Amino acid sequence: MTASSIYVHIPFCEQICFYCDFNKFFIKNQPVDEYIEALGQEMKWAVPHTIPLKTIYIGGGTPTALTTKQLKQVIEDVKACAADPSAVTEFTVEVNPGEVDREKLDMMKACGVNRLSIGVQTFHEKLLKRIGRAHSSQEAKDTVEQAKSAGFDNISIDLMFGLPEQTMEDWQHSITEALGLGIQHISAYSLKIEEKTMFHNWYRQGKIHPLPEDTEAAMYEELEAKVTEAGFNPYEISNFAVDGRESEHNKTYWRNEEYFGFGAGAHGYIDGIRYANLGPLPHYIKAIDSGSFPLRETHQVTAKEKMEEEMFMGLRMKEGVSSKRFTGKFQQSYYDIFSEVIYELTEKELLHDSGTSLHLTEKGRLLGNEVFEKFLLVYE
Amino acid sequence: MNQEERGKRQKNIRNFSIIAHIDHGKSTLADRILETTHSLPEREMKDQMLDAMDLERERGITIKLNSVHLKYTHSDGEEYTFHLIDTPGHVDFSYEVSRSLAACEGALLVVDASQGIEAQTLANVYLAVDNDLEIIPVINKVDLPSAEPERIKQEIEDVIGIDASDAVYASAKSGLGTEEILGQIVEKIPAPAGNPENPLQALIFDSLYDTYRGVIAYIRIVEGTIRPGEKIRMMQTGKEFEVSEVGVFTPKPLACDELTVGDVGFLIASIKNVSDSKVGDTITHAARPAEQPLPGYKTMNPMVFCGMHPVDSNDYNALRDALERLELNDSSLQYEAESSQALGFGFRCGFLGLLHMEIIQERIEREYGISLITTAPSVIYNVYMTDGEVMEIDNPSNMPDQQKVELVEEPFVQATIMVPNDFVGAVMEICQKKRGEFSDMRYLDENRVNIVYYLPLTEIVYDFFDQLKSNTKGYASFDYEFAGYRESNLVKMDILLNGEVVDALSVIVHRDMAYERGKSIVEKLKDLIPRQQFEVPVQAAIGNSIIARSTIKAMRKNVLSKCYGGDVSRKRKLLEKQKEGKRRMKSVGKVDVPQEAFMSVLRMDDDQ
Repeated sequence: MTASSIYVHIPFCEQICFYCDFNKFFIKNQPVDEYIEALGQEMKWAVPHTIPLKTIYIGGGTPTALTTKQLKQVIEDVKACAADPSAVTEFTVEVNPGEVDREKLDMMKACGVNRLSIGVQTFHEKLLKRIGRAHSSQEAKDTVEQAKSAGFDNISIDLMFGLPEQTMEDWQHSITEALGLGIQHISAYSLKIEEKTMFHNWYRQGKIHPLPEDTEAAMYEELEAKVTEAGFNPYEISNFAVDGRESEHNKTYWRNEEYFGFGAGAHGYIDGIRYANLGPLPHYIKAIDSGSFPLRETHQVTAKEKMEEEMFMGLRMKEGVSSKRFTGKFQQSYYDIFSEVIYELTEKELLHDSGTSLHLTEKGRLLGNEVFEKFLLVYE
Repeated sequence: MNQEERGKRQKNIRNFSIIAHIDHGKSTLADRILETTHSLPEREMKDQMLDAMDLERERGITIKLNSVHLKYTHSDGEEYTFHLIDTPGHVDFSYEVSRSLAACEGALLVVDASQGIEAQTLANVYLAVDNDLEIIPVINKVDLPSAEPERIKQEIEDVIGIDASDAVYASAKSGLGTEEILGQIVEKIPAPAGNPENPLQALIFDSLYDTYRGVIAYIRIVEGTIRPGEKIRMMQTGKEFEVSEVGVFTPKPLACDELTVGDVGFLIASIKNVSDSKVGDTITHAARPAEQPLPGYKTMNPMVFCGMHPVDSNDYNALRDALERLELNDSSLQYEAESSQALGFGFRCGFLGLLHMEIIQERIEREYGISLITTAPSVIYNVYMTDGEVMEIDNPSNMPDQQKVELVEEPFVQATIMVPNDFVGAVMEICQKKRGEFSDMRYLDENRVNIVYYLPLTEIVYDFFDQLKSNTKGYASFDYEFAGYRESNLVKMDILLNGEVVDALSVIVHRDMAYERGKSIVEKLKDLIPRQQFEVPVQAAIGNSIIARSTIKAMRKNVLSKCYGGDVSRKRKLLEKQKEGKRRMKSVGKVDVPQEAFMSVLRMDDDQ
């Protein structure tokens, strides 16, 4: 089966956020045009003949750090992979507040982009500065309005909670602001202090402190309650959407299906192999120039791993892991493989069997990792 | 070799060891002696040559004794054979010291020129004096600005009571004094007595197990001669073996034709079983046995006990093998199988002291690759029951019911603490707090004081040494010896997790200290045990009454959000790490308890 999803990574940023550990570079003085050319080349090699493409996601870094012309080039190159561009049902571009003008938005719209994911993070002015964002809360709102007036009717925003010194009031304020924007989708992430970030340095030096677990949990519950009340469906642990606006692209990951990943540091999953591309730009570009795929590592997923991933990715979704789909993929039911774990977790009321699928209980959602971990099989 | 050659050779043998406090330069001096006698090509010299174990080099201490065979040409033109037996300096290992001293006729007493005699040095010197050894004082590090060799010389005479007028001023670092030391070894230390023609008596002073060659016994020949091919008998066990190889350590093992009176070397006789080569046993010929074995050693009894359990229960057999191997080289190590409700199958192990315990733990983890959970150390209590029975309890969880106990006795030690004047008050305060009984105080000179207290051993095992060090800025030196049992008001304190007694966490405490200890333990456990999926009460109890309580709150949130552009392998790694972390914990009842928690009842330092 051919993959029908593509992720494209644009590793450039106008400003580096303090919490971010993605593959990204300060855009000034970077060989952006060479990168875009190499990226186009990678796609052509990987997709020599067109594929029945359904979802596209251009993420970063910040795709909108590119000029309109550059971004258009990338969009055209991805579209060229599609057997039938009009069959692409979801085409997302990540947008940074304050980095798009009407021209850029119109170009995207005209090229078939039909979903925007806007990196708002918080509406609290001081917090925005404290986490290293370049934009103001007003700019975030303006960007959403601009997008709407450019005709976008599938807009998602990112929000973060568990930020150092963030209070429950700050968080409630951000949720209220978000819900007042008339958007269709919210992704809410709790801060994780990753290595090789400014936050990690400060954390080690004792300058910032993660919020207590209880506060984070309460923030999550607050979010869930508020957005559900406003008509959003918590279709995945950190994703909420109004009817018909769930992210089809992200569901590819959670359903453990294959997808292409293009660009420096991108990850993909093709023909049973998970791969990661080279991260540093010179390495990536050099590999392409010398005629080879810019791979950093590849891993042939074993049958065991594939079943584990089916579970720990699938359980993130409200729909859970479908019994039928699992059996179709593996010719065995999940009970054949995980019966003990399923019984234990059901007993603890972390997991529920609806008869046709397994999914997390309300209690299980907040303790997802405790559940997922159990699905890693240990052979003695 | 004929009889005359043997006699001449014997006359030129000198066997000695080095006694020194930690950091006073023993290993460095041994290096210099090796260098000066050209025992090793320079390219093979490493610092602290005789400290073979990584652990020894890292910690800068000698744990195992080592012997080395050296050739030295004296100014009288004669060539002499030296056997240097390196010994550990720590109080826990005085057993090893006594063994090496028994193989020697003399000892170098190395004292730091600025710090003077320390408590442990003193203990070992007394051992040497008891063994009738010739003692050569060496005042080391005389090239340091703070050196006061004259004062130290006086101190040696005053404190130990030996003549120090010929004491060598040395700097092991620069090599100053090394020649003079070698000269004094020849002139002052007597040649070994004994007759090469007599029936064989060889003392096993150490032995180690080699995977390829079986047991290698370190021996000192007291009477007779031994050669490969001969049949020997272990006098204690009666087992007989055929000698396949004898040799000396240069320090690399070097085979030779025979070992005779005064020689210190090794013997290999395809001895497969560890217990057939007992340290302290005497080897003799099967055909012409000696009438009497040599006097063995004063056996040192373990004073400190703890449970050692493999984290992974599949490692139980590996742990037993490791203990068996270690016991071969370390007869003071004791162990017996035990099973704990909390920790499963494991071993109750006895050690000479805390350092000994730590070292064995570390060697098992490092050399044998077994992850361990150890319980807090305990001592042996004598428990007199109301029905007249007397029990020895080395595991707090075995303490009988309070109602059936008439009285409990605990081991006391006589602790000798040497400390600069300024810290006398601090030392006395600690000793009082630790239920100590003052015995004696003596000024060694105008600045240094020797304080003697009787203290419960269990307090020493607890955190006495840490407290002593931190309250005297590290200046105090400390030694102790067993001083009998005394009655104390002791009770067993249980720790409950989630309402269940965790046997491995039980401790025996003095009743007056129970409340404070209990409070501190439950607080510590609360911080050490990660949140579980349910609330876990942590309680300390004496009998049925709860004396302290804390609560580990239920886990509220553990779920990662960000999708990382489909980076599933990253998510997988995170989950694997989490799972591995839990696998390393012990599940007690339903609570996952990390390894450190079981030792935590011991470590209270940060509460102070």
